[in-house]
Amino acid sequence: MNYNWNWAILVTDPYFGWIISGLGWTLAVAICAWVIAFSLGSVIGIMRTVDNPVISTIGASYVEVFRNIPLLVQMFLWYFIFPELLPEEAGTWVKRGMPLPEFWTAVVCLGTYTASRVAEQVRAGINAIGIGQRQAAMAIGLTPRQVYRYVLLPVSYRTIIPPMTSEFLGIFKNSSLALTIGVLELTAQTRQIEEYTFQGFEAFTTATILYIVVTFMVMTVMRSVEKKMHIPGVISLGAK
Amino acid sequence: MFSDFDYQVVIDSIPFLWEGMQLTFLLTFLAIVGGLFLGVLLALARLSHIKVVSFLAGSYVNFFRSMPLILVIFWFYFLVPFILGRPVGGFYSVLVAFTLFEGAYYCEIMRAGIQSVKMGQLQAGQAIGLTYIQNMRYVVLPQAFRNMIPILLTQAVILFQDTSLVYVVGLHDFLVNAEIVATRENRLIEMFSTVAVVYFILCLTFSLSIRKLQRRFSV
Repeated sequence: MNYNWNWAILVTDPYFGWIISGLGWTLAVAICAWVIAFSLGSVIGIMRTVDNPVISTIGASYVEVFRNIPLLVQMFLWYFIFPELLPEEAGTWVKRGMPLPEFWTAVVCLGTYTASRVAEQVRAGINAIGIGQRQAAMAIGLTPRQVYRYVLLPVSYRTIIPPMTSEFLGIFKNSSLALTIGVLELTAQTRQIEEYTFQGFEAFTTATILYIVVTFMVMTVMRSVEKKMHIPGVISLGAK
Repeated sequence: MFSDFDYQVVIDSIPFLWEGMQLTFLLTFLAIVGGLFLGVLLALARLSHIKVVSFLAGSYVNFFRSMPLILVIFWFYFLVPFILGRPVGGFYSVLVAFTLFEGAYYCEIMRAGIQSVKMGQLQAGQAIGLTYIQNMRYVVLPQAFRNMIPILLTQAVILFQDTSLVYVVGLHDFLVNAEIVATRENRLIEMFSTVAVVYFILCLTFSLSIRKLQRRFSV
């Protein structure tokens, strides 16, 4: 095993810049996709808990479709097939006119995929509250909208912080799939450094450490958020 | 756009797609077997009373769980030939990557499974004089597996989907073979929608049967 260690390569121009920009794109994809995942996932999750069978079936179908197709295949569907399904003008705009097409495609793909997972957490959070609170809220004359807004959602969001944290970390890791449609995020950049310099150890170690550091930071922040948001007298989500 | 959907391309490429699907199945199967074996060992290590052992197993799991699978594939695609000192097929590198990566996830499932076995069972085993290995082999693990069957199977579906990531090193699995046909015949829409439908039907059927199984098992 002969290997020429060269850690200095990491801070040499242009490789240092590649790593920084890669990390930037990874975070940008993850955060933008999270905005979609959180809002759309909340809507779908709530849809699955309402009494109307049509609405809850729509929510359930959404989750089944997005969970049963590999994420990479979804990425290709969004990138290659989606523009063709649009009316011609819109399709052409998505393919040619839209700024940063690869970036936004990756964001939409990861966002809609993770939304299906977030939806399941939101649904579990609402269902864990138990029927009593819902009935009590209706009994005092709240409209269904108010029941969700003032009774069910504030409690359920506070109980599902831990699974939501892992969903965010999931989106952060899955953002590496954006490299398959040409977004030069962290994994892609380190792979590129390996191909240019043959310093695979140094390149992949950098990526590994950066992923671990970000994961660790997110977990630390979320643990303190969790503590602040803790509902007094409740052990955990599982305890009904 | 569906007016000029060319079914013939799809039909003609079935044998080639099937070849790819066989690799997908083989990789899924081997990674489940390897990952489960490693996962059980890791779970036992994580629950060990020896602090160093449980710390090491815990670090292993956290390490792999904070890395994207694609990066792990790249790592081992680079490392395995390097360690062996000679080029090996991409398949073996990828298999190592999947086994080590899945091992971390199966560890967490099996740990929960082992912890779900009642303490009395373990103590009863000790009371009749079973050694640690016998106790695990005949008393704890069979029950842990049984309790975790639905989750283990769900993880298998996720793994089946994740094997599509071998795309990044160009292994000829189902997706890559479909992509080869798609670019050669310039029939992206046909091939990618076929891939999506096939994956969807397979995974949905499997997930639905898991749910049925779960209902039958649950008390």
